[in-house]
Amino acid sequence: MTRRPGFLVYGLLAAFFAGSAFPLYWSFVIGSVTKQRATQPPPPLVPGGHFFENAHRVFDRIDFWSALLNSVLVSGISAALVVFFSTLAGYAFAKLRFRGSNALIVFVVLTMAVPTQLALIPLLKEFSNLGLAGTRSAVILPWLVTAFGVFFMRQYLVDAIPDELIDAARVDGCTMIRIFWTVAVPAARPAMAILGLFTFMQVWTDFMWPLLVLQGSDVQTLQTALDQLKIAPGQGLSDVALLEAGTILATVPLLLLFIATWRQLVSGIMQGAVKG
Amino acid sequence: MTSNAPTSVGDAAQPASAKERGRRRTPEGRGPSTPARPTFRQRLSRWDVKVSPYLYVLPFFLVFAVIGLYPMIYTGYLSFFSWPRFGATHGEGVGWANYAHVLQDPVFRKALWNTIGIFLLSSGPQIVVATIVAAWLDTNLRGRSWWRMSVLLPFVVAPAAAALIFGALFADQTGLVNQLLDNLGLHAVQWHSDRLASWVAIASMVNWRWTGYNALIILAAMQAVPRDLYESAVMDGAGRVQEFRHVTLPSIRLTMLFVIVTSTIGGLQIFTEPRLFDTNLQHQGGADYQYQTLTMYVFNTANSSTDPYPRAAAAAWILFLVIVTIALVNFLLTRAVQRRGSR
Repeated sequence: MTRRPGFLVYGLLAAFFAGSAFPLYWSFVIGSVTKQRATQPPPPLVPGGHFFENAHRVFDRIDFWSALLNSVLVSGISAALVVFFSTLAGYAFAKLRFRGSNALIVFVVLTMAVPTQLALIPLLKEFSNLGLAGTRSAVILPWLVTAFGVFFMRQYLVDAIPDELIDAARVDGCTMIRIFWTVAVPAARPAMAILGLFTFMQVWTDFMWPLLVLQGSDVQTLQTALDQLKIAPGQGLSDVALLEAGTILATVPLLLLFIATWRQLVSGIMQGAVKG
Repeated sequence: MTSNAPTSVGDAAQPASAKERGRRRTPEGRGPSTPARPTFRQRLSRWDVKVSPYLYVLPFFLVFAVIGLYPMIYTGYLSFFSWPRFGATHGEGVGWANYAHVLQDPVFRKALWNTIGIFLLSSGPQIVVATIVAAWLDTNLRGRSWWRMSVLLPFVVAPAAAALIFGALFADQTGLVNQLLDNLGLHAVQWHSDRLASWVAIASMVNWRWTGYNALIILAAMQAVPRDLYESAVMDGAGRVQEFRHVTLPSIRLTMLFVIVTSTIGGLQIFTEPRLFDTNLQHQGGADYQYQTLTMYVFNTANSSTDPYPRAAAAAWILFLVIVTIALVNFLLTRAVQRRGSR
């Protein structure tokens, strides 16, 4: 940390940030001009005053609010489930001695390399047979617990709980599940928050699975609603102002979450990297 | 499992020291009061210790079996059958015919090269730029955490939204990129019909969303490099670039390997970006399949009329093998390069 960056590094980082932010800004620009102006050369570079008009047209085309509610529910419930089950399993792998635990955790890590696409079609049939296709539960169920979550919690809890604490609790006659609640969960809280946040964002931005399982149903998430907006009858394709207004509307909730939690996100990525 | 819990879990959220709990237990009078009970309790407790860990990890394996393993095996099974028109279940066995059909399908071959092309254009530049940005961030910056946050911004934009934004940026007639090219006196590029150009446009969405994220992962590894390694490099008279090559890069090789392998597995499954980049409604990835990817191929095949599921299943297994092969090659290649580099 002794090297002091020159102006050049600040300039280059600022340029990188400009490149990161510009597409988002420009999307808002297009979403805030009239349908005609959006496709007139030269392309606009400053926002117009028609964003709410375009937003209204988005609300006419797709059931935006129900999609928003579905996204919130699906992402929130999935995040809670992933956090609970991953903490439980991660704690067992980190702190409890049981036969086969080493082989099992290696297996967990290996499953992360399995391309999920392969399983989607039979999975869709499974869900249809169970009458789940087109429901929110169908979007949530694959997210009960993830390999990444289990591994992440294990890595965190290995150092976070002293073994003596667990031994002492056991000498006291605590049951295993009680030790989990009173020793592991409080210690795991920071990692649980980060895992919850990441899972929430992952489920929120997921596209392919909800697209498949919600095909032709009234239940849509924000991402699949964007797909519908694009293919909606009446020149969805040529109406860029409409598309970009919808894109901005669908992005704002996550942008707000990002503004509120970016410290946790940044440290989460960096922690996961060092330990993973 | 909780049958012999001494107290309710109502106060579970409170972190209590072992001492406190010891004190609390006695007044409840649930201690060993009768002579017969301790043995039973002991047995129960031993059983609890033995079985609980398995119960805690069980949900993961159940979920993996239901949503990963079973569908995967069933996909393999299905790929050897036919599928009657509008049928609800598979028809008679056809051997390797579905695989032969897929491998001979010109659309599949196109999709294979599209996938590899988009993958190369996204993962390569992405990792190089991410490493450079990480090196910038790994300096004594003013407002350090703010800069870290700033590179992560595109991560909040879902791939579906990113595809719609870049679809407009790269629009053939009215897009900003073509306008820029025009201002520079260059020819407009047909981003939606030229094959290579469409790959570039799609790869740029992926790069935009993931470069900052990967930069933070690499940054974390860089920060774990012992600082005295740098000091001795400086004493040996190493310049910035030499220092980066001989100290930083060898020290972060495990993380690089991780980033490269995960971006391989993710990159080869690309679906959302090309699907939403499309300007026609067939979802075939361009009028002439210029940017249809393998995952799109699997998806579309499952919606086609003849033998939809078995052919999609065969394509899915081929995709699986492609991913595993390329990920493995990448893994070995990266390791070999790093071995040589660190010597």
